[in-house]
Amino acid sequence: MARHVVAPVAEIPPGGRKVVEADGKRIIIFNLSGEFFALLDRCPHQGGPLSGGILCGLTQSDAPGTYRFSRAGEFIRCPWHQWEFDIRTGKSWFDPRRTKVRPFPAAVATGAELAEGPYVAETFPVLVEDAYVVLEA
Amino acid sequence: MTIAAIDCDLHPAVPGVAALLPYMDEYWRHTLVERGIEALESASYPPNAPSSVRADWRGAKGQPPSDVGALQAQALDRWGTGAGILNPLFPVQLPFSRDMSAAMARAVNDWVRAEWLDRDARLRASILLPNGVEEALAEIERLAPDTRFVQGLVLCMGEIPLGRREWWPVHAALERHGLPLGIHAGSAWRHPPTSVGWPSWYVEEYAANSLGFQASLASLLTEGVLGKFPGLKVVLIESGVSWLPGFLWRLTKGWKGVRFEIPWVDRPPSEIVRDQVRLTIRPFDAPEDGETVARMLDHLRSDEMLLWATDWPHAHFEGDATVPAGLPAGLLPKIMVKNPRATYARLREGGSA
Repeated sequence: MARHVVAPVAEIPPGGRKVVEADGKRIIIFNLSGEFFALLDRCPHQGGPLSGGILCGLTQSDAPGTYRFSRAGEFIRCPWHQWEFDIRTGKSWFDPRRTKVRPFPAAVATGAELAEGPYVAETFPVLVEDAYVVLEA
Repeated sequence: MTIAAIDCDLHPAVPGVAALLPYMDEYWRHTLVERGIEALESASYPPNAPSSVRADWRGAKGQPPSDVGALQAQALDRWGTGAGILNPLFPVQLPFSRDMSAAMARAVNDWVRAEWLDRDARLRASILLPNGVEEALAEIERLAPDTRFVQGLVLCMGEIPLGRREWWPVHAALERHGLPLGIHAGSAWRHPPTSVGWPSWYVEEYAANSLGFQASLASLLTEGVLGKFPGLKVVLIESGVSWLPGFLWRLTKGWKGVRFEIPWVDRPPSEIVRDQVRLTIRPFDAPEDGETVARMLDHLRSDEMLLWATDWPHAHFEGDATVPAGLPAGLLPKIMVKNPRATYARLREGGSA
């Protein structure tokens, strides 16, 4: 896996996402309250573009008629059949063991760290005083 | 024929309202006569329809067999049946009066008890439930101490969907007493039997029953009844079988996408149904070649769901062909003995009055 500098942190605010190309793959970068996660932009069901789906939370229940809602914005729903995937793990809600989207490591690095390389060259300048999202893919 | 085979769907025909009068209190005994209510026929089983009663089992005037002697001669003794479950279809669901529905259900159940259960120790029966939830609950509590009553019986097309919360006290009582909820083909005729309106023909209505079963099953599942009452078994009776895998496929597929609407359904509907729902095998609704039947059984993904039933005296087969053609012989001990015993707790315990 190569490391790709895919965006300045400021470009993907909390709750935001960006689709990037890396190693020939379309990958979605998510910002969950300052933590970055990356998933292949391809639903394991029929290949739908997950990046076109809505963000949702986790709805659970202890008994019929009760609703427990948590983790707002931490799941993405495929726009084709509305399957829910956990952005943190890529696992589907309904079958986490077998139905999952491939996740990729994503992290934040400072321009100073990046200056030391080795990184795949990007189309924007890396400034020592800025922070960047780095994807391993 | 396995000696201990359990026939899960037998229909004792009430010969007329007069036969029920001795089992009614004074008010109902008088008022039914006074009002001239001598018969109650549901359009679900037209008396002369060939499917309603097998030709060689009809009486001299074409009437359905209505006493235990006929059942013994035509079915129990002839096939060596170990136990049989009586599902009375006298349409107590028809009256709009809650009180009349309940009075008739009580009478039918007491008639079954006195004229069938007391006369053959092999017999068990369903508690025929009236329309009203409170009345149904009362009937369950009244008869549950007699362990020859092994399930509660409703129709697949009643007044409201069976999963609705109004019904939960009934489901809770059934679970508490170890009684499955038996859902039989038929309608209370409160709604058209198809969702697009009234059918014109009997065959159209007959075939529409599977839609009623699907709606009932989906209601029980989506409302969370099966999850809330995990000990409750649901038996689809005279439902047909082969429609189920396709329906479960659709239900489960849809659930994957919109399950957040019913978060209490926290595992695939097909799994829940396989755990808690059973079906009698007449009618079976499948071709007769073994290979096709095997494929269909494969789609069910369970060998525990099917229960042997002849559906006596409805006409599904000729002679003694009590098992649908094509069912693998190796499966018969399960279908005829093991599965019924696993489904009906009270069959395992042995029934007593």
